Amino acid sequence: MALSREQLAMRVARELKDGYYVNLGIGIPTLVANHVPEGIEVMLQSENGLLGMGAFPTEEELDADMINAGKQPVTAITGASIFSSAESFAMIRGGHVALTVLGAFEVDVEGNIASWMIPGKLIKGMGGAMDLAVGADNIIVTLTHANKHGDSKLLPKCTLPLTGAACIKKVVTDLAYVEIAEGKFHLIERAPGVSVDEIVKKTAGELIVPDSVPEMTF
Amino acid sequence: MPGFDKVVNSFDEALAGLENGMTIIAGGFGLCGIPEGSIAHIKKTGVRDLTIVSNNCGIDDFGLGLLLQDKQIKKMISSYVGENAEFERQFLSDELEVELTPQGTLAEKMRAGGAGIPAFFTATGYGTPVGEGKEVREFDGRKYILEESIVGDFAIVRAWKADRYGNAIYRHTAQNFNPMAATAGKITVVEVEEIVEPGELEPSQIHTPGIYVNRVIKNSFEKRIEQRTLRSA
Repeated sequence: MALSREQLAMRVARELKDGYYVNLGIGIPTLVANHVPEGIEVMLQSENGLLGMGAFPTEEELDADMINAGKQPVTAITGASIFSSAESFAMIRGGHVALTVLGAFEVDVEGNIASWMIPGKLIKGMGGAMDLAVGADNIIVTLTHANKHGDSKLLPKCTLPLTGAACIKKVVTDLAYVEIAEGKFHLIERAPGVSVDEIVKKTAGELIVPDSVPEMTF
Repeated sequence: MPGFDKVVNSFDEALAGLENGMTIIAGGFGLCGIPEGSIAHIKKTGVRDLTIVSNNCGIDDFGLGLLLQDKQIKKMISSYVGENAEFERQFLSDELEVELTPQGTLAEKMRAGGAGIPAFFTATGYGTPVGEGKEVREFDGRKYILEESIVGDFAIVRAWKADRYGNAIYRHTAQNFNPMAATAGKITVVEVEEIVEPGELEPSQIHTPGIYVNRVIKNSFEKRIEQRTLRSA
């Protein structure tokens, strides 16, 4: 079975480590916040200028001056800090954020990522995605392995305009956990009940498959 | 003798000198921390052919979206736009020029502009459409593109409190782009919820020192929320 969105987020959350400052992109990455492993502390960075993002507010806590990068109202946890956009991107571009989780349309064997623009469709902009893609050494990309027609999103070369070049090393899809090194995808884990054959079939870029590929457990 | 007293009592005074074709740098992220009063006044004056530098362009009936209604904006420099139908219409019909800029680069363009730095190298955008046509340099084996900074004829800023000298502080995440915008205007207009006397704000806690600020005006704010997401108590 392919992973659900929640399972995908759970798998990504296992990459969190105690003391990490983490930036979570919009969509599946946001769900990772719900699955922080027991016994560790992480602090969420929101690129509009908040380190230590908390839960959505209650009606009583609601404050229009307190939002996240998705423009939703949020709260701050104890020990949070708030700062300008320049400060926020100094953290991101200066490599101070330990882990970034980004959604994407496509990734390729060179670690390129395309996530912001589909030519011919309305382009809304990259927001902070280009900064996040190049700023963190440790980035996990989440996406579905193939589109609904079965076309792979793990490609020899991205077909869409890039968000960042040669910056992605880890990819978690609904079918597998894949790492990128030396111009190839490397299959590390598979979703429960998903065969290596299916993953191979749905990976268009060169994929190295080791002798044994453990199943994820949930 | 006004000395350092920057306080003005009307938006006519606050935005005096604003003309067609000028570049305006605006603080705010989404609808959070936007200079509501300056935007409303710019709409009222009817000035046109503006270049607006702002992370976003508001929504149809609020924020910078108001300036689209009478086609006052010629060009937007933003990281994320299109939260409103009129923007989409003008963009798709080539009535509006849009320069999409990565959010960190946009913040840095304002910061550098205000700090007298004409351009800077960044890895952001290298190898993407943003980097096309820009100078590339390699430092320590990594490629960077040259981005030019931005200075505005006006900067319009929203702060929480300012003293009469223009020393200003921001409230929560309404800070966002406002401090950089404040440094990057030839004329910087700061609208605030509260004006206090010099000495009332702790000097070491000032976000924007008054040297950057030309005009301070008190305003009351609607503070609309774009995405209302709550949890139950």
